[in-house]
Amino acid sequence: MSIFRRLANTFSRSELHQEIDAEIQSHVEMRIADNIAAGMSPEEARRDALLRFGSRVVMRERMTAADAATAFDAFGRDLRYAARQLRRSPAFTATALVTLILGIGANVVVFSVLNAALLRPLDVPQPAGLCHVVHKQQGYDNQSYPDYLDFKSKNSTFSDMAAYRIESAGLSTKDAAYKCWYYRVSGNFFDMLGVQPAQGRFFHASDEHGPNSAPYIVLSDDFWRAHFDADARIVGTTVDVNKHPFTVIGVAPPAFHGTEVFLWPAFWMPIVNSPSGDTADYLASRSHNLLILGRLKPGVTAQQATDNLNAIAQELARQNRADDGLDARLTKPGLMGDQLGAPARSFLAGIMLLALLVLLAACANLASLFAARTADRSRELAIRLAIGSSRWNVLRQLLSEAVLLSVLGGALGTIFSTFLLNALTRWQPFPEFPIHVAVSPDPKVYFVALLLSIGSGMLWGLVPMRQVWATDSAQVMKSSGAGTIVFRRFTLRELLLGVQITLCTLLVTASFVALRGMQRSLHAPFGFQPQGVLLAETDLHMGGHSDASTTQMQKRMLEEVTRVPGVSSVGIIDETPLGTGGSGSFVFRVGTTDFRMSTSAFGAKYFSISPGYVTAAGTRLLTGRDFTWHDDARARNVAIVNQTFAQRMFGTTSPIGLRFLVGQGTPYEVVGVVENGKYESLTEAPWAAMFFPLEQSPQSDTSLIVRSPLPPSEIVPELRQVLAQIDPSLPFVFHTWPDALGFVQFPARIATATLGVMGLLAAMLALTGVFGMAMYSVSKRMREFGIRVAVGAQPVQLMRSALSRPLILLLSGSVAGLLLGVIASQLLAQIVYQATPRDPLVLGGVVITMALLGFVATWIPAQRAFGVHPARLLREE
Amino acid sequence: MARNDLQGTLDLLVLKTLSQKGELHGYGIVLHIQRASDTLLFVEEGSLYPALHRMEMSGWIRSEWKATETNRKAKFYRLTPAGQRELQNAEKSFEQLVKGIRAMLRYA
Repeated sequence: MSIFRRLANTFSRSELHQEIDAEIQSHVEMRIADNIAAGMSPEEARRDALLRFGSRVVMRERMTAADAATAFDAFGRDLRYAARQLRRSPAFTATALVTLILGIGANVVVFSVLNAALLRPLDVPQPAGLCHVVHKQQGYDNQSYPDYLDFKSKNSTFSDMAAYRIESAGLSTKDAAYKCWYYRVSGNFFDMLGVQPAQGRFFHASDEHGPNSAPYIVLSDDFWRAHFDADARIVGTTVDVNKHPFTVIGVAPPAFHGTEVFLWPAFWMPIVNSPSGDTADYLASRSHNLLILGRLKPGVTAQQATDNLNAIAQELARQNRADDGLDARLTKPGLMGDQLGAPARSFLAGIMLLALLVLLAACANLASLFAARTADRSRELAIRLAIGSSRWNVLRQLLSEAVLLSVLGGALGTIFSTFLLNALTRWQPFPEFPIHVAVSPDPKVYFVALLLSIGSGMLWGLVPMRQVWATDSAQVMKSSGAGTIVFRRFTLRELLLGVQITLCTLLVTASFVALRGMQRSLHAPFGFQPQGVLLAETDLHMGGHSDASTTQMQKRMLEEVTRVPGVSSVGIIDETPLGTGGSGSFVFRVGTTDFRMSTSAFGAKYFSISPGYVTAAGTRLLTGRDFTWHDDARARNVAIVNQTFAQRMFGTTSPIGLRFLVGQGTPYEVVGVVENGKYESLTEAPWAAMFFPLEQSPQSDTSLIVRSPLPPSEIVPELRQVLAQIDPSLPFVFHTWPDALGFVQFPARIATATLGVMGLLAAMLALTGVFGMAMYSVSKRMREFGIRVAVGAQPVQLMRSALSRPLILLLSGSVAGLLLGVIASQLLAQIVYQATPRDPLVLGGVVITMALLGFVATWIPAQRAFGVHPARLLREE
Repeated sequence: MARNDLQGTLDLLVLKTLSQKGELHGYGIVLHIQRASDTLLFVEEGSLYPALHRMEMSGWIRSEWKATETNRKAKFYRLTPAGQRELQNAEKSFEQLVKGIRAMLRYA
């Protein structure tokens, strides 16, 4: 309709001019004809007709100008008017802006992280169709090398498939040594991803000729710049990785940092080689320790590919060539299969939901503010309606105010969040890991921010719609301003405030639950006592020690460290529980002859420990004995197990002296039972665990557990010296055990921080909401109060009538929010340790917080109601 | 305010004219208003066409090129349903205005 004509007119300006001219021409001619008929001379008639018109150009201008104005300037005019209105009420504008900055800013931050972790495709030249092949069962993401080869060669749905695993090792040149994280990848890795080298060359599938055939590494750009001064001459030289020589054949481009979103590795090496020596065993091993990354053929769906791989797995199982129970599921790449992906997904989805709730609460807050404002302006609106403005125009005007504010608030919020996100991106949470939380916003984030801004503006800008529609101009103008209208609208505002308080209480509850969980997780029974323990960690392979000599080295270390003054106890474990590694194996009951997953008793974590570890770690030995150095290769195979293991393997009978199997070979005899512990994460279900003596199960990974009452600063130099005397080339990492737990506590810490911030935002919103409403209701009724005081009302009575409604709302909203919080915290339990709201401290905390909020928010309005001065008030009105 | 009122009045006059005459060109509207108001009201021709154009853009009136009785080509305007409604509104608010002004005059 008309809008299209306007647009059409704008585009065919000259056509419009012609039409106007023609119309005027016809008018003038008719006038001339009439003038002549009335007796004028043709000359006169013409002059008169033209004179009556005035300047034709001016008129044409006015016509086209009116045209353009009605078309596009209406919007601009609305915006300018809105800006003027907002400038006129700075308090409202500032409150609204701050609310929006917080609400939208929180969403932008959360969405950026979600976008970086889950939505953005991998940062490789061709990310389309890339996916991990993992096991169907959640938590089993790794595959074995033989299975990888079978999947790769037999499938018909993938254009290519690569394998990789992430390891750490010591890289040394003539001058320096570094502890590095790196990828071992199949030869086709770079080619499949479509990455081109920045210097030198990459290795290819054709470089692989069986075990140990490709001693090459490709440096990452980061590592090359940081440690080789970006010197291109490094290509072609040889470096040592765990004392084994590798040739640097190339450097990756700056944009490529592997296939994990948050990890920046130092280099890549072919999977057929290893820094720990021979890989023949590894490549033949059925143990699951690598990730498969595949690229789907164009047009193949994930379902088709999954079916294809599962068919292959069944065929292999029939031929008895694969591990029992091999199956396949596809998952998004970038977060170590589902190991990080699954928790990240549920956590980020949960936080995103909470952030949206914060925004919703903010909108409810703004809506009630805006409704109050509209009520105050009812006179202005009524006048505008009375002088001919359409309701739609008035509504559009109000809506432009809301959207203008929202977009402004959104823009500011986005700017602040961008600062925060850039700081996050630069942050390296763990000095020992090359992890960056690269979450810089991209266009998608900005788009979402804009969408949220406009959407929330619409949401709260449309609330006064009913008010505008129901405005009866005559009625409003007759009664003075704050008449009946305001109180009729009150129910809507009350509802909004109720919703807002409910949401805020929900958020406050969530953050309390998280804080409590965090506090609990810091004091959780780990199965060891981290306080007062110093860890000295190394990998003997980095010193070039062979497997045969490792135990002797470890024994010497223990002897030397025991002699250090101030050391009360010391022990060695291959990898500390709740550290970064941890291995699992299936265990079998005695008498089993067929060793596969389905015939196993269960899966158990296993560790190698020295005599004395149990004491040094502070793990309680429940029955039996600790290992001694006599539990060596010549003695019977022995093991210490935890309670869960004992119970699942042997039931209630005393396990001491009983035996179990870990695959083919001699059975292990249980000599001791220790308490349960946490091995991988704080939130895990109890694992079965078994400990083997170092001499029977040698490991090159070495974590010295040094318990001492002395502060670390006093004992570390001493330790460093003693250990350097044993082997100066061995790199050691020293840290306290509580510090080392930072890694497993990281998700909980992040969750707690995030939820804490959300809770704080929500509390602030609730505060301003209740305050705004109480203040408004008091200020609107000052005159009434004045009269009531004049006729003898007590201040308490005034307070009751002024504040009872906000307080009732606060109470009912809090109860509803608390109930919702109780239901919602099931979601939190996935990340936060033992998240439960059925905790007197949490419930009490929420109740006290909300009560405090209510008190603070109603204090000033109450003071005002108290301070009513009847004479002055009545004079003013 | 004043401008708004004058504009509103011109709109009212034009809409009323069209509702009475059905279909008319600009010149005819000028003549009709003059005639119907016993020559009390003159419509400035320079204001009429911008007003017509604006009302057409607002969807109150529709136009069509046609031949006049004297076989001249002219742009004829007619009311749309939206214009019909607008006329009712304008009449009502004008009556209020008049009532208000009359009350004011009587009071003074």
